[in-house]
Amino acid sequence: MSMVLAAEADTTARNLTITLFLIFVAITLAITVWASRQTKTATDFYAGGRTFSGFQNGMAIGGDYMSAASFLGIAGIIALYGYDGFLYSIGFLVAWLVALLLVAELLRNSGRYTMADVLAFRMRQRPVRTAAAVSTITVSIFYLLAQMVGAGALVALLLGIKPGTTFLGMNADTAKIATIILVGALMIIYVTVGGMKGTTYVQIVKAFLLMSGALVMTVLVLAKFNFNLSTLLGKAAEVSGKGDAFLEPGLRYGVETAGDATKTFYSKMDLLSLGIALVLGTAGLPHILIRFYTVPTARAARKSVLWAIGIIGTFYLFTLALGFGAAALVGGKEITAQDKAGNTAAPQLARALGADFFGGDLGGATLLAIIAAVAFATILAVVAGLTLASSSSLAHDFYANVVKDGTASERQEVNVARISAFVIGAVSIVLAIFAQSLNVAFLVALAFAVAASGNLPAILYSLFWRRFNTSGAVWAIYGGLISAVFLVFFSPVVSGSATAMFPEHDWHWFPLSNPGIISIPFGFLCGWIGTLLSREHDERKYAELEVRSLTGAGAH
Amino acid sequence: MTTDVPVPAAETPDRYVAVQRSDEFARLRRALRGFVFPMTLAFFLWYALYVILSAYARGLMDTKVIGHINVALIFGILQFVSTFLIAWLYARYAGRRIDPLADRIRAEIGEVTHEHGPRG
Repeated sequence: MSMVLAAEADTTARNLTITLFLIFVAITLAITVWASRQTKTATDFYAGGRTFSGFQNGMAIGGDYMSAASFLGIAGIIALYGYDGFLYSIGFLVAWLVALLLVAELLRNSGRYTMADVLAFRMRQRPVRTAAAVSTITVSIFYLLAQMVGAGALVALLLGIKPGTTFLGMNADTAKIATIILVGALMIIYVTVGGMKGTTYVQIVKAFLLMSGALVMTVLVLAKFNFNLSTLLGKAAEVSGKGDAFLEPGLRYGVETAGDATKTFYSKMDLLSLGIALVLGTAGLPHILIRFYTVPTARAARKSVLWAIGIIGTFYLFTLALGFGAAALVGGKEITAQDKAGNTAAPQLARALGADFFGGDLGGATLLAIIAAVAFATILAVVAGLTLASSSSLAHDFYANVVKDGTASERQEVNVARISAFVIGAVSIVLAIFAQSLNVAFLVALAFAVAASGNLPAILYSLFWRRFNTSGAVWAIYGGLISAVFLVFFSPVVSGSATAMFPEHDWHWFPLSNPGIISIPFGFLCGWIGTLLSREHDERKYAELEVRSLTGAGAH
Repeated sequence: MTTDVPVPAAETPDRYVAVQRSDEFARLRRALRGFVFPMTLAFFLWYALYVILSAYARGLMDTKVIGHINVALIFGILQFVSTFLIAWLYARYAGRRIDPLADRIRAEIGEVTHEHGPRG
């Protein structure tokens, strides 16, 4: 009897999830079409006309940044491994201080549409813009694949397609591929039709939905434990079966293996390496950097980062309640039975809370459906931002400034940007279908490592080091990019471990999963050596960059 | 359209050099760097301390403070508090010390080079 009821509730949840998702898609498509009518110039397409307020852009940054990896991934890691998941939340938040103090305002003042506008400001255009475009597209594609693969992995679980059953005639595998294609098609439409304006509004709507959903769940979790954090933690530790260790660092990262000092040493180095990449990656992510161009002034850029820090910080505090709440109320066994990586912890928690507070299976199904739809909205908004960043760079940096050497018309450039978005979207769909078995967290961590190793040194040297030059910029970007990818290729995440991309092969010799601790200093070192190897130096252009970036004179 | 410098190219680079070498601009640079460099170093070391303690000082981090709330959790929450605090301090400092200087220099540059087209 209860099985039948549960099955009915599952169907209700599925129908409701699909309905809510379709409403979100309908609203965002309407916004996109509206935005397309306002999009006439290149500035409209790339930077949303630079008319957004600090608050709007702060929300959009939140919508761009809080990916499925944050929402589902962090909640999942905390639910399964306890305290260690919190490290991600902290690193992802503290990272915003780099953007606030060193990058956002100066970039806004001196750049125009892309990260490379600042990097190439006082350099030779072609080599620097080529390097920046390569790095932008690499980082964005890794990140994009992570989101699309995540969407595919979730759909079967969120729509409740079990092995042996079908949905609209699709089994779980077909449904995954269909989801990847659907997500890809939607992101192409958002970007090609709506440009930055459409994408920004999609991100604002998503941020609002995600914050509301996470807030409701947090309040319900806390209410369940009489708003006593200690009781919640105690229950989570008890249910996990790991006791106090669940509330302490060391179950997932920096694991201490008794009697194996080497393994313990590498595990702790890996923890430090991850910590560094998290905190230094954000300010080098191209899809985040281009958001600073959507506001009229540097002061508005500062305000948007302040809002973003408030919104993102609050959200990551919610993830504590979501993760430990899932551990306490759903339990690790139930979660891993659904998804080994724990990505369904938050939706499962929603079902448990809904059943508890709003009555039975139907209440559970309703809250599950809402949170599932929010998760899809989250993925869509992030992939749109990533597609826009990479197509902007391809059109503005590579096509207009490298291929056409600055002679392309505005209309040509925007047309190429639209075509690029289509091509990048199509390529991502194909790659994501083949990459379905890849670990999502690994792809995100790699994107952060590349951004921190290549882009960040180039940006900081560019803005603050008088002597920096073309050779230094090219060395920094390629040095950081290549070393990060190279080390990951020979790391245990690609081969030689049970959870590797190729578990049956073993060519790994680099002991860490995260390359940051080597590749980030290496990127900075490359930028320094590259600079010293060349005599090129343009004092006038440096004066112009410094004056413009600090004062906002001549800002676009 | 792509990399154009939106100011008359012949005279302005020297104009920028002159501004860059002025005392007023040196004050602006000092005001900015004097805050953001030490603050970056401070929050980075504070964050690094947290990560290093998580890896190597398990005994300290595992100490319970109130109920099930241990040092590790409080340290983590303090990272949030310090981030919010530094953001607020910077906003206040920039509004008082950086913006007025930047505005004045920008206005002086504007007087000489004139406005150049719409701020796109």
